[in-house]
Amino acid sequence: MSFISYLINGISLGSVYAIIALGYTMVYGIAKMLNFAHGDVIMVGGYIIFTFMSTLGLSPILSVLIGIILCTLLGLTIEHIAYKPLRKAPSLAVLITAIGVSYFLQNMALLIAGAESKSFSSVISVPPLSLAEGRLTISGETLVTIPLCIIIMVSLTIFVRKSKTGRGMIAVSEDKDAAVLMGINVNKTIAITFAIGSALAAIASALMFSTYSNLSSTSGAMPGIKAFVAAVFGGIGSVPGAMIGGILLGIIEIISRAYISTQLGDAIVFLVLIIVLLVKPTGILGKKIQEKV
Amino acid sequence: MKTKILNVNKSMGSNLITIGMIVVAYTVCQTLIATGSMTNLLKNLLVAMCYYSIMAISLNLTVGILGQLSLGHAGFVCIGAFVGAFFSKVTISTIENTFIRFSLAILIGALSAGLFGVIIGVVVLRLKGDYLAIVTLAFGEIVKNVINVLYIGIDSKGVHFSMSDTASLNLEEGGTVIVKGAQGISGTPRNSTFTIGVILLILTYLIIVNFINSRSGRAVMAIRDNKIAAESVGINITKYKILAFSLSAALAGVAGVLYSHNIATVQSTKFGYNMSIMILVYVVLGGMGNLRGSIIAAVLLTFLPEYLRFMRDYRMLIYSIVLIAMMLFNWAPACINWRKNHSLKSYINAVVRMFKKNKKEA
Repeated sequence: MSFISYLINGISLGSVYAIIALGYTMVYGIAKMLNFAHGDVIMVGGYIIFTFMSTLGLSPILSVLIGIILCTLLGLTIEHIAYKPLRKAPSLAVLITAIGVSYFLQNMALLIAGAESKSFSSVISVPPLSLAEGRLTISGETLVTIPLCIIIMVSLTIFVRKSKTGRGMIAVSEDKDAAVLMGINVNKTIAITFAIGSALAAIASALMFSTYSNLSSTSGAMPGIKAFVAAVFGGIGSVPGAMIGGILLGIIEIISRAYISTQLGDAIVFLVLIIVLLVKPTGILGKKIQEKV
Repeated sequence: MKTKILNVNKSMGSNLITIGMIVVAYTVCQTLIATGSMTNLLKNLLVAMCYYSIMAISLNLTVGILGQLSLGHAGFVCIGAFVGAFFSKVTISTIENTFIRFSLAILIGALSAGLFGVIIGVVVLRLKGDYLAIVTLAFGEIVKNVINVLYIGIDSKGVHFSMSDTASLNLEEGGTVIVKGAQGISGTPRNSTFTIGVILLILTYLIIVNFINSRSGRAVMAIRDNKIAAESVGINITKYKILAFSLSAALAGVAGVLYSHNIATVQSTKFGYNMSIMILVYVVLGGMGNLRGSIIAAVLLTFLPEYLRFMRDYRMLIYSIVLIAMMLFNWAPACINWRKNHSLKSYINAVVRMFKKNKKEA
């Protein structure tokens, strides 16, 4: 029974990784940049929801909505100030800027909220489900997280495939210059991608901090990096890939924490990344891109 | 022929300036210590200044010269620090001479970090750009996490390893535990002095400069500038990449040994992502590919926070803004235009033109 409960916890954690990984994978697919600050947007989202819910006493759903709006604005601002001027710069410069933004958000949060970590109270008030005569309990958070993740995945896939904006995104990710010729506003498309990614980050932060209540200025960085691992695992640029990668990674992490070593959980996740990149650098569902001379 | 001689002189002149600066700074510091006008706090920072400088120039070899972003440099420093400290603690009773023991510790620390550099390099350098950055980050975290749970003890039967706790080492009576998991290694002989630090810094600098100006160094820079062109003129890309990467790792190991012999306890948690970023800030602020700049940035950013204590809380915030601002200033089209219009050269030209005009009119 304990194995099944670990498995379910793994899928739940993996669903959160999958939602975060979407932000990475879409931005990477379209803007061809690794948005290092994505994990820290999650942390900021956590603080925003915490402030509105616990300090100001608003209802959880309203707080999450405000979190989503503010995170979207934050994502757009970051994109506009830090990344947009660097569209033509070498990728090293963009990456260093992204690291700078990530660091900026972390330290800003540290200055405003203080070094003491906050205890995030769950936004989800679904009662836990008891199965097999009480030997297997599934928490309310898990019951919400997994279906929500599936809904987000499905609607995002439909949005990208069917809507005009979504198809614009595919066009920009395939060939920026040709997309411009077809009358697509590249800057706007990239900005929309950032907005969607950041909104998803806010949802992910509500789900993640509801399960793992410890909220501090650095608590977004590690899940962020792991979600990137998930995005690479599933194949960067692919929406279903992010889902598969995220869930597999969540299961690997929980199982290895349970059966191998609690402290080495992170190390094992990173080992997975290195192995994946060596064996199949394009990930499970990624496309191979030929290098042009 | 003449230009060639001039070129050699130019690079040598630049080296002499850098080494001269280090020597002058060293002399000034020693004079201040001798006259007693240096506070203890600053004295403690002197060695730190040396090892941060070494870390910065060694990372500059990877980032500036090889053109690959490494976010796991602290991992190599960590390996150097632990191996060096381990060696010193084990041999403290067998090798009496401090100089020989410390030199050996530095050598072994550098070799083991370099060895890891080769292993990681072979694995990692097939990737590029963002993937490489994230994998080096992953590697740094793996090193930190593994050393954090590592227990090593020694008794008459030999060395015992464990990944869980001290008791599971099964030491016999009289055995000593040297590496204590999260508590790290404590009681390392504090052999690092300012003089040794400065000598190591100069040595590291010379090694890197010689490497850059050698055939290998030129090959590495060719790979950085255009991989495909370099490959087509017959440069073995993998070999030179790994060479530069492992040299950078080995020199980071030297900094690590210096680090662990300067403080009472080394703990692996100190060598996380934050330290890697800090070293990267030194490199970016000093100018990528510019060794002297890295040293100046490392020294300034080690000393300044002590003088600007009132701004201490804002230090990391300022670092992050510096990173973003430097990149925007260098690469944003608006900034590039601004620099073109407001460069010193353009002002001088304008002044010269004005004078010429006046002359004509006169």
